[in-house]
Amino acid sequence: MIRLERRASASRFWVWATPVVAVALTMIFGGLMFLLLGKNPVEVIRTIFWDPLFGEFAWYLRGQLLVKAGPLVLIAIGLSLGFRAGIWNIGAEGQYIMGAIVGAAVGLAFFPTENRWIFPVMVIAGAFGGWAWAMIPALLKTRLNTNEILVSLMLVYVAQVILAMASTGFLRNPEGSGFPGSRNFSNYPAAGNPELIAGSGLHWGGVTAIFVAIAAYVLLQRHILGFQIKLAGQAPRAARLHGVVPQRLIVLCMGISGALAGLAGLFEVTGPAGQISIDFNVGYGFTAIIVAFLGRLNPLGIVLAGLIMALTYIGGEMAATNLGLPSAAVQAFQGMLLFFLLGVDVLTNYRIKLGGAA
Amino acid sequence: MLRRTLLASAALGLSLMATGSAMAQDKVKACFVYVGPINDGGWTQAHHVAVLKTQEHFGDKVEIMWQENVPEGADSERVMTQMALGGCKIIFTTSFGYMDATNAVAAKFPDVKFEHATGYKREHPNVTTYNARFYEGRAVNGTIAGMMTKSNKIGYIASFPIPEVIQGINSSYLHAKKVNPNVEMVVVWAFTWNDPAKEADAAQALIDQGVDVIFQHTDTTAPLALAAKTPGVIGFGQARDMEEYKPSPRVSSIIDNWEAYYIKRVQAVMDGTWESQDSWDGLAAGAVGIGEITGVPDDVKAAAEKVRDDIIAGTYHPFTGPINKQDGSVWLADGQVATDGDFAGMNFYVEGIKGDIPQ
Repeated sequence: MIRLERRASASRFWVWATPVVAVALTMIFGGLMFLLLGKNPVEVIRTIFWDPLFGEFAWYLRGQLLVKAGPLVLIAIGLSLGFRAGIWNIGAEGQYIMGAIVGAAVGLAFFPTENRWIFPVMVIAGAFGGWAWAMIPALLKTRLNTNEILVSLMLVYVAQVILAMASTGFLRNPEGSGFPGSRNFSNYPAAGNPELIAGSGLHWGGVTAIFVAIAAYVLLQRHILGFQIKLAGQAPRAARLHGVVPQRLIVLCMGISGALAGLAGLFEVTGPAGQISIDFNVGYGFTAIIVAFLGRLNPLGIVLAGLIMALTYIGGEMAATNLGLPSAAVQAFQGMLLFFLLGVDVLTNYRIKLGGAA
Repeated sequence: MLRRTLLASAALGLSLMATGSAMAQDKVKACFVYVGPINDGGWTQAHHVAVLKTQEHFGDKVEIMWQENVPEGADSERVMTQMALGGCKIIFTTSFGYMDATNAVAAKFPDVKFEHATGYKREHPNVTTYNARFYEGRAVNGTIAGMMTKSNKIGYIASFPIPEVIQGINSSYLHAKKVNPNVEMVVVWAFTWNDPAKEADAAQALIDQGVDVIFQHTDTTAPLALAAKTPGVIGFGQARDMEEYKPSPRVSSIIDNWEAYYIKRVQAVMDGTWESQDSWDGLAAGAVGIGEITGVPDDVKAAAEKVRDDIIAGTYHPFTGPINKQDGSVWLADGQVATDGDFAGMNFYVEGIKGDIPQ
C-alpha cells in the first residue's frame, strides 16, 4: 500500500529536484516512444538535447535558443509574480498579441521617418498594449469579482480577431498588393529590432528578459512588494492583516504580467517575426505558463526553464527534419515534460509512505 | 577563432558553411517545408504525395527531407536555415505565409535554390515562386454547384483574404450563376489553412444558413466529414481527390498535381540549369486536375466536363467579360479576358456576391 502524507512544509530538496527528475523521466519515456516509432532513441535524444548546443551547427542554433527563450522568459516571469500571489493570468497570449499590435501601429505611423526615438516609443507602446489588455480581466475581477482565468483566456480569442483585422485592414502593407500582413520591420531600420551582434540571436528582447529576471529576483528577495506577493499566495488572511490590499495586488500583478507579455510581442514583431500577420502568434503566451512552473516560479529558475523549453523546440525541429520524426511525436515529448513535472511535483508537498494506513 | 569570424560576418559565414557541407554530398538534397501534417488529407498531403513520387522518380540520386507542421513566421525561417545548413540544395516552402522568411533565408544562402509556393516575392535570383491556376478548377466545380443546388445557396469556406482565394470565390460564383441565375454565394472566413475544428464550424455555419453546396479553400477533410452527416449537402475534394467521401457528399474535386513540377525543378538543379521564374500552370499543363465527377445527373456532368475541356483546349477563359465588380463598375468589357496582372492583386468580389472581403 502506497500512501501520500502531507509534509509540514514544502521540501526544499524536491522543489529543485523535481525539474531534474521530470526531465530525466521525459528522456526515458520519450526514448521508449521513439523506439516504438522505429527510431534510435539515443540518437533522437542526442539530436534534441545535445546537437543544438554542441553539434555541427551549434554556432547558429545557440543563438536561436536565445531567440526562442527570450519571449518565453519575459512572459513567464510576469506570470510567475501573479501565480505566486494566486492571481491566474492565463491570457498572456492575448496580451502578447496586443503589445505587438499597439507597438507596431505606433512604429508604422511614423513610417518612413528615421529617428532614433521611434523604437523606444514603440517599446513603451508595446508594454502599454499588453498592460491595457490585462487590465480588462484585472478590473473586472476587482470591481465585479469575475474569474480572471476565464476572462483573460477569452480575451486571447478576441485579440486574435483584432490581429486578423490588423493584418487585413488597418496595418496592412499598402504596397503588399492586397495581401494580408503589415510592412516588414526588417526594411524599416528606425523601428526594427535586429540582432545586436550578427549571428548571436540576441536582440533587445533577450537583453530585456535577462534584465527583467534580475529585477524580479531582487523584487522578490528584497522588496516589500515581493514579500506581499509571496505572503498573499501562501497565507491570504495573514496578508490582509499585514495590510496587503488584494485589489491593489491583482491590478499590479496583472499589469506587470500584461506589460511584459506586451513587450515580448513588440520585440518579436519587430525582430524575428518581422511583421504583423494573421498567424503572428505561435503560442508563446501559453508555453510560458509551462516555463513558469518548470522554473518553480523563481526568476532564475525561469531563465533556465526557458532555455530548456527552447531546446526541446529547436532540437525537436532538428529531430523532425533530420530523422524523419513526426512533429506530433515532438509535441508529445514536450507534453511528457509537463506531465512528469506536475506528477513529480507531488513530492514537494507530500512524502510517499509505504505500508498500511496509519 | 573560426567562431568569432562567423559571428563577425554571419551572412558570409552561413553561405560558406552551406557550400562546404553541400560539396560533401554526392546526392542532391531536396527539402520541403510543410504548413500542416503530411496526413492532413488535403494540401500538405498533396505536396507530400508528389514529393514521394519525386523520390521514386530519382531513386538514389536524390535525398528528400521534409518537416511538417511548421508555423509561418520566425519558426519557418529557422527551419529553412537548418535545412540550408544541412546541405539542402533546393528548398520548397509550401505555404503563402513563408514568403518573407523564404526571401530572408535565400539572401543568406545564395547557392541554395528556394521555391516558394503561392507567393509573389522573388527578391533574390535564387528564389522562384510557383502556383497553380486553381480558379480553372473552380469554374468546373462552380458549374456543378449552380446546377445541383436546390436552395440556390452555395457556400465557400475561405481561408485568408489573399488574391488566390478571392479568385476562387469569384470563379466559383460566376460559373454557378452562369447556369443558375438565382444562385447566391455565402462566404465564411476561417482565417486558417489547417484547423479541422474551425473548418467544421465554418461548414456548419454555412449549412445553418441554408447552403447545400460547400466549396472549401482550407486543407482538411473536416468540411466533407461534416457534410456527410447532413443529407442533401454536397461538397468538393480540395487539393486531393478526397475519394474517401465518394459518391456523396464529394461529387468532384480539384486535385493539385505538384509531381511534374517538383521533378522538373529538382532535375534543373542537377543539370545546373535552374533559374528564377514564376510558374503558374493550370488544367492544360496538368498542374490542376478535376477529380472524377460522380453522384450527379448526366447533364450536370456533361456541362462540367465541357467547361473543363474548353479550358484545356484554350477556347474558353473562366474570366471572360462582361464582368462587373461588386460595386457595379466595369471590370472586364464584353469579350475581354483577364490578364495575369489582373489576377495578381485581385481584392474585390464580382457583381452579385454579397458581403465584404475582410480588411
